[in-house]
Amino acid sequence: MTPVAVTAAPLDLPALTAEVASAAGDGAIATFTGLVRAHNQGRTVRFLEYEAYEPLAVRALLRIVEEAREAWPGVRVGIHHRVGRLEIGEASVVIAAASAHRGDACAACRYAIERVKQIVPVWKHEHFEGGEVWLEGATADPDDEEARRAALKIACA
Amino acid sequence: MRVTVRLFARLRDLAGTGELVRDVPAPATVQTVWDGLTAEMPALVQYERLMSVAVNAEYARMSAAVQEGDEVAFLPPVSGG
Repeated sequence: MTPVAVTAAPLDLPALTAEVASAAGDGAIATFTGLVRAHNQGRTVRFLEYEAYEPLAVRALLRIVEEAREAWPGVRVGIHHRVGRLEIGEASVVIAAASAHRGDACAACRYAIERVKQIVPVWKHEHFEGGEVWLEGATADPDDEEARRAALKIACA
Repeated sequence: MRVTVRLFARLRDLAGTGELVRDVPAPATVQTVWDGLTAEMPALVQYERLMSVAVNAEYARMSAAVQEGDEVAFLPPVSGG
């Protein structure tokens, strides 16, 4: 188990949580699980296919873990993202953030998922009733400080 | 010189392939590679102002230099999570 991964295998949040936890110093572990939704923008979703540029996705995840550590010293974050075909209700991403304090753990966890959506090269191919479409969100730019500040603001709201 | 081009998501669909090898004149930048590619496949041009680029699996700019054997990737806006 490594703190960041891009994998076709089902995600294992308990294992990731154990990876970031430290026996003595933690006061809190916050976790996030992203799920495949049955409805999106008025469409009935059949399933999603996730694609990644894997080596760059792993580097982007590591960058997010580092950014969180800079913003909340002592916080340890793990992020695993799944790729391939996912059915409705399956987990597409899991995040665990461990800290001495609950506020930092929750904030770092929220920050991590916001940054995943901004800078990790992963794409959803949505197969819905009546067609299919590539979903496109943010133009990934890890050096965009405005985007990073927006993620921090959401995390600390 | 020879470079490997990687395309993802809808860019891959538009091109009909996720990986191709192309010759570009040296010295080259990511822009040189992109210009050669879009001359060949004009449908890709719509992504020029939306996409991100990477050289050897590190984010880069269009002005970044490209060397023989490099892998140059063109990435549509991301939608992970």
